[in-house]
Amino acid sequence: MIPPTFEYVAPKTLSEAVAALGGHENAKVLAGGQSLIPLMRFRLASPAMLVDINRVEGLSYINEDKDWLKIGSMTRQSTVDHSPLVREKYPLLADAVSVLSDPVVRNRGTVGGNIANGDPGNDYPAVMLAYGAEVTAVGPKGERVIPITSFFIGLYESALASNEILTEVRIPSPKPRSGGAYLKLERKVGDFATAAVAAQVELDAKGTFKSVGLGLTNVGLTAIKATAAEDFLKGKDSSDDNIRQAAQLAAEASMPIADVRGSEEYKRSLVKTYTVRALRKAVERAKGG
Amino acid sequence: MSMHHIQVTINGKSHEADVESRLLLVYLLRENLNMTGTHIGCDTTSCGACTILFNGTPVKSCAVFAVQADEAEIRTVEGLVQDGKLSAIQEGFHEKHGLQCGYCTPGMMMTTTALLAENPHPTEDEIRHGISGNLCRCTGYMNIVKAVQYAADKMAEKVEA
Repeated sequence: MIPPTFEYVAPKTLSEAVAALGGHENAKVLAGGQSLIPLMRFRLASPAMLVDINRVEGLSYINEDKDWLKIGSMTRQSTVDHSPLVREKYPLLADAVSVLSDPVVRNRGTVGGNIANGDPGNDYPAVMLAYGAEVTAVGPKGERVIPITSFFIGLYESALASNEILTEVRIPSPKPRSGGAYLKLERKVGDFATAAVAAQVELDAKGTFKSVGLGLTNVGLTAIKATAAEDFLKGKDSSDDNIRQAAQLAAEASMPIADVRGSEEYKRSLVKTYTVRALRKAVERAKGG
Repeated sequence: MSMHHIQVTINGKSHEADVESRLLLVYLLRENLNMTGTHIGCDTTSCGACTILFNGTPVKSCAVFAVQADEAEIRTVEGLVQDGKLSAIQEGFHEKHGLQCGYCTPGMMMTTTALLAENPHPTEDEIRHGISGNLCRCTGYMNIVKAVQYAADKMAEKVEA
């Protein structure tokens, strides 16, 4: 369980990090390392060089302006977990971070790492799909913004180029009468989700859905945005009947495979049940409950 | 091979070492420095037996490279004893039988050290949540929770006294 040898650099600035990443074939970014280091120990990943960005200044922050909640990519999960701003205004994110891995891993694991890693079992991809988030990436030519809907390409595969570093995640600031929730079934603390559902909704004054975001964790090669269910709900009232119909569509959008955590049928059924519950909770929160 | 010179402060004492980039922090402690109080359990960030304090924060030392600890302050279970006396946390695990085989205990106590520093009067729920990244296969956790409560009470007494 000793990783293969690799070159290692720990630059102090982002431009040095980008240069180091581009200057070596098969270089990889080391963020929190809570997925990458175990993968290297199993020799499922064998980067020839690690560019450790833990010493790069200015990548750890949680700021809010009128349009966005901006989180630096090296912000530790525990910082998000303890943020009063996140707890108060971003319940979907607060729910997710509290069940993301375990408290000790959260001290080291990072927001950017959980997204850039591209593992469908990670919790943030579905959360960010539900929020309609954006990420920023910096490469040799400067910064670009990537909508989260075009970020996840395949298993451990993202829109990031090999010489780009994810620097920031931007979540839209909540409008009035909006709310969210994340529901995850895990066999034990620290395990990947058997399945999990992220829901973010905005209601109008009458309780009709103005916008709906639904993301599904660990039931496909990437996190899945349940667009048919989202579209179905838009403009409809937040009745239980509508929520149940949307949940059926979400279950149909899932593509689980059978593994130690359960059969395909079980997981699909779980997606349906958790979509109902996540939407109910999101609606309740949107109404101020 | 990629070698790096590091300086790391462990339990208040400065150490220097030349390490290969792939050397994990837990192996630096156990094999290079012969501090075997920190245990290796699952080796893959699941069990928490290797938990140490990294600049005051509990982390699993099987998922950090030694080279990343350059200039860091590390605290291990060997650093809990003060003036030859068990710390309140160690005393709690002893008094309340918070261990059977003892394998998880060093990691459990390091997580507890940080937990009580941040929250000196945790509820049972907060204790159970706080130690949920550390697995114990013997105790069923009951006595570990009691040990943490004992330590919290003992530390509060000291503050009042």
